[in-house]
Amino acid sequence: MKVLYFAWVRERVGKAEEIVEPPAAVRTVGDLIGWLTARGDEYAHAFDTPRVIRAAIDHTHVKPEAVIAGAREIAFFPPMTGG
Amino acid sequence: MTVPVTIRLQEADFDVAREIAALSRGRTDIGAVVSFSGICRGGVGGDAIAALTLEHYPGMAEAEIARHAEEALARWPLTGLTIIHRFGRIVPGENIVLVVTASSHREAAFQGAEFLMDYLKTHAPFWKREEGGSGTNWVEAHDRDDTAAARWSKS
Repeated sequence: MKVLYFAWVRERVGKAEEIVEPPAAVRTVGDLIGWLTARGDEYAHAFDTPRVIRAAIDHTHVKPEAVIAGAREIAFFPPMTGG
Repeated sequence: MTVPVTIRLQEADFDVAREIAALSRGRTDIGAVVSFSGICRGGVGGDAIAALTLEHYPGMAEAEIARHAEEALARWPLTGLTIIHRFGRIVPGENIVLVVTASSHREAAFQGAEFLMDYLKTHAPFWKREEGGSGTNWVEAHDRDDTAAARWSKS
């Protein structure tokens, strides 16, 4: 699946998007954050305060409990500041 | 009749008067038009900023704004709606966002515009970065914006 990062999450991870293949045990958005966090210091830094991280699956906001099976695109970003 | 809805994401600035005129031109069913323009502030003293840069999530930003537009049309008897949100670098004094709502009477137009702005601020995937005297900083989200959006939730 494709994972995208925006704003300071993107800056901390050091890339805007990547393709990842998490193992089957990674079921939810929260699991995916945990799995990404273990991939390196840049991810640990990006996700060091998980409660502020927002997520979207295929362009729709989701909660950490959301199941990622079937997702084409998952995005992680800070709280939004548009408008 | 299908309600005319215009949603645009663009880098270029827009003309508020022209957008309002475009929404109401040639129509006699509109009795009220409300417009909200969000404008880039320059800040003062140590908080002065040279510019804002707006990052957005292409694809999701359009989808999210369209979902809120649909909800506004379902909740209020609006007869026209225009939403424009800019991205890229914006200097103080320039427009950032525009919401124009039309209706037969003012109440729906006022409420629809306020609802849309509250949701745009908290749910549309845009992020502001400020260029100030001491470098660039991501703007932090405010709890008051979440509170403003939450009051529209149906309980």
